[in-house]
Amino acid sequence: MANVIRRQTLAARLSRAAVYSVLVLAALFYLLPLVVMLITSVKPLSEISAGTLLMLPQDPTLAPWTKAWGEACTGMRCEGVGGYFWNSFAIVIPAVLISTTIGALNGYALTKWRFKGAELVFALMLFGCFIPFQVVLLPMAQTLGWLGISSSRAGLILVHVVFGIAFTTLFFRNFYVGIPDELVAAAKLDGAGFFRIFWRILLPVSTPIIVVSVIWQFTQIWNDFLFGVAFSAHNTQPVTVALNNLVNTSTGVREYNVDMAAAMIAALPTLVVYVLAGKYFVRGLTAGSVKG
Amino acid sequence: MKNIATTRTGKAPRAATSGGLQAWLPRLVLAPSVAISLFFVYGFMLWTFILSLTSSRMLPSYDFVGFGQYARLMQNERWWVASTNLMIFGTLFVLICLVIGALLAMLLDQKIRQEGVLRTVYLYPMALSFIVTGVVWKWLLNPSLGIQAMVQSWGFESFRFDWIVDPDMAIYTLVIAAVWQASGFVMALFLAGLRGIDDSIVKAAQLDGASLPRIYWRVVMPCLRPVVFSAVMILAHIAIKSFDLVVALTGGGPGYATDLPATFMYAHAFNRSQIGLGSASAMLMLGGVLAILIPYLYSELRSRRHG
Amino acid sequence: MPMLKKTTLALATTLAGLTLAAQTQANEVEVLHWWTSGGEARAANVLKELMEAEGYGWKDFAVAGGGGETAMTVLKSRAMSGNPPSAAQIKGPEIQEWGELGLLGSLNDVAEAEGWDALLPDVVADVMQYDGEYVAVPVNVHRVNWLWANPEVLDDAGVEMPTTLDELFEAGDAIREAGYIPLAHGGQAWQDATIFESVVIGSQGGEFYQRALVDLDPEALGGEQMVDALEEFKRLRELMDDGMSGRDWNIATGMVIDGEAAMQLMGDWAKGEFTARGLTAGEDYLCAPAPGTEDVFAFNIDSLAMFRVSDEDEQEAQQALARLVLEPTFQETFNLAKGSIPARPDLDMSEFDSCAQQSLSDFQRTAEEGGLVPSMAHGMAVRADIQGAIFDVVTNYFNDEDMQAEEAAERLVNAAEAASF
Repeated sequence: MANVIRRQTLAARLSRAAVYSVLVLAALFYLLPLVVMLITSVKPLSEISAGTLLMLPQDPTLAPWTKAWGEACTGMRCEGVGGYFWNSFAIVIPAVLISTTIGALNGYALTKWRFKGAELVFALMLFGCFIPFQVVLLPMAQTLGWLGISSSRAGLILVHVVFGIAFTTLFFRNFYVGIPDELVAAAKLDGAGFFRIFWRILLPVSTPIIVVSVIWQFTQIWNDFLFGVAFSAHNTQPVTVALNNLVNTSTGVREYNVDMAAAMIAALPTLVVYVLAGKYFVRGLTAGSVKG
Repeated sequence: MKNIATTRTGKAPRAATSGGLQAWLPRLVLAPSVAISLFFVYGFMLWTFILSLTSSRMLPSYDFVGFGQYARLMQNERWWVASTNLMIFGTLFVLICLVIGALLAMLLDQKIRQEGVLRTVYLYPMALSFIVTGVVWKWLLNPSLGIQAMVQSWGFESFRFDWIVDPDMAIYTLVIAAVWQASGFVMALFLAGLRGIDDSIVKAAQLDGASLPRIYWRVVMPCLRPVVFSAVMILAHIAIKSFDLVVALTGGGPGYATDLPATFMYAHAFNRSQIGLGSASAMLMLGGVLAILIPYLYSELRSRRHG
Repeated sequence: MPMLKKTTLALATTLAGLTLAAQTQANEVEVLHWWTSGGEARAANVLKELMEAEGYGWKDFAVAGGGGETAMTVLKSRAMSGNPPSAAQIKGPEIQEWGELGLLGSLNDVAEAEGWDALLPDVVADVMQYDGEYVAVPVNVHRVNWLWANPEVLDDAGVEMPTTLDELFEAGDAIREAGYIPLAHGGQAWQDATIFESVVIGSQGGEFYQRALVDLDPEALGGEQMVDALEEFKRLRELMDDGMSGRDWNIATGMVIDGEAAMQLMGDWAKGEFTARGLTAGEDYLCAPAPGTEDVFAFNIDSLAMFRVSDEDEQEAQQALARLVLEPTFQETFNLAKGSIPARPDLDMSEFDSCAQQSLSDFQRTAEEGGLVPSMAHGMAVRADIQGAIFDVVTNYFNDEDMQAEEAAERLVNAAEAASF
């Protein structure tokens, strides 16, 4: 008997070790690009051309970071990517708020006030997720021209809202499907109206999915380059456009450390959001969006 | 636009329980979104379709040439390369992400210490666009600067990892980078699904003496069907939209060995003054999406309604 | 039909111009360009300062990437929304295409006042005009068919600067034996096309190049000579390293500078890289026409085209911008930084290095003797759709070990035909 037990624990220990090593190896794979970026961004240029990718900096410096933030040239302006950073926020925040609000209301109307054709409406909207942005670039440009908001922040926000609601509606619909209909039915019997039910019953339990929707939209819009470059004015370009200008230099010594620092700066907000809210993200997905 | 939405749904008398405005509110709330979809998604598709029937070059014109652009597209060798690439890339990307995502989720579900840290590490690539990570990926994959050079400098002189310069293998480097970005997200989806499963089912199976892999395969996986659905939807849309990835990593090269329909469309519509041809390729791409999406959605939505 | 297209677009632009007049402030110009790198941007800044000194505003809209490809996307989207910038960096036959759409404004007044007809070489002036009117102003003239080399590496391998393709291959063997990469190259479609162009000229001469890749004569494109040129082109692969895929051209230039590679075939913008490292032409690095192309000058002209705007103040600012672009101060600073030669040949060249001086004298010589040809690889010779189709064939052939030269030549013929509708 004793033998059997010992063997089991040995096997258990071995398999435990195997589990951990697989997990750690995977973690290394995921971390590799970020580590290379970070290491490179604090190396002086001479070390970059001399050493290999993963060689640790001999003489670490923060100069590339300050240069990327405030001095590096993107076009004729040598003000770094700092200013563009705030441009991005000015676009992302309203666009995320509006698209999340619309998505929440849509999801609510689609699930708790079912009407014939609701599934069809949902499927219809879902297709919007699959449109490659390159396809809509020109018609969108023309439409923004008609609306008189081409090359403006308002136009860019509109674009992101329009192509974001397909996703937010998907998230909220799938979440609200999992909320028992009885709650809503009871409220309806009590004579509560559409918005009242939403406000009193659905919204208080929606935090997890709001987090999911906000994270998703924030990441998508923050990382957008194509719409940002095509539909922004010269003084409202988002940070991805500035980063692209910085990285795609056509002449001159290529400052990889500054490039990497600028890339890290451009990535920082989404990284922070994922690191801080990642837990809630997984929790939000648990709470509903995947249950369908 | 509102009319379209409301007349369609207006035929459903059994929908409303309370009368008056309240009955219409849900539809009114949905109406703007439906209108937006109809105009910005379907209207633009129609517009693209019309352009695909024209000889439009640098900017749209309305000089109709029938299905000539489609005929040209069919003869275009690069288009076939791009389509085949999407099949290879899409299939591998979705499958590998699902496998890795599910595997990591199951392993993470074994009461792992530092689970939060590992989870964040797996998840973070989704936060970054290839605009940001493109440069570093290019380095890693470049045989004379990246992983190959590094491993060789450790003494393994014969180590080769030069897929990115090999026209036949370069497409797989795209798969690697794309899997790196999205598989952690799939892991999160699966993990969320696993946590949502009632422990008592698993316990019951354990009491029956089933082995752990067997429990996962027979008991847990069926519960995760909706997760797989969500994951496939998300992965498929990423695969079809993959654009930054190609531009940042290979620029479509070597030659045009790693071209995808999205980059093909962009190159022709914007860089090559062939809006007509680009629009035709966009329509075929969207047709492909529909061909996959509609049966899938149909079966999923239907089975859910009955189940 | 073109008329209809023209009027609707022009109408749309005017309408949008009216509604958006408030957005663009009076006497300001918004300039869309891709001069984003250090040296270029600083040089372009001179233009901005000149504008500001005269009381005009400059709104900078820089979009980097892919030799202006991204910038062109932005420009098209801006034009579609009826809100094009005042001026944009457009070049070659594309100027004609924008002109056909009726979107460009005339610069004839300033051209007459400044005497552009007399000032500009004919070849340059032709490119700047649509339908007999000046619609764009030239910024510089690049020569594409250059060979750059690191003299120390050449010495070490015991070879001279090659002047023919055969010499290039011979030198390549010696350099390889001495332990260097003979030819630095970046595997991007436009770079492949750039060296292809130089090889076609180098092996078959400027006249053949003109017939095949400018006039798109199917007999030349699919003929024996092209097959020979394609074979030579592919042989160049032997001189390159296997890390070239997707490499940016300036990284390749860096390999020559650092003595990792011996030579590079690239346009004279490569000089900006050498200059930025403080190197001197003729001493620290060598320049020569690409092997076998001594009597040919494949040109690539950067230019700013002015869009038709309704606002009179903005029009005035555009005219001023056009005038100032050809001002000696700007021409000199900009071209010194970019490695090119000024668009007006009457300037004092003493500040320029030996490569630029040779470039100018070759420009004038080839203009007289024949041999001054537009660069296909840089969008000066054929329309964008045909250029793209040719790029596809060239880069695919270059990267596909199994494709034969005969097949590639056949595909070139198809590319030239099929691209147009």
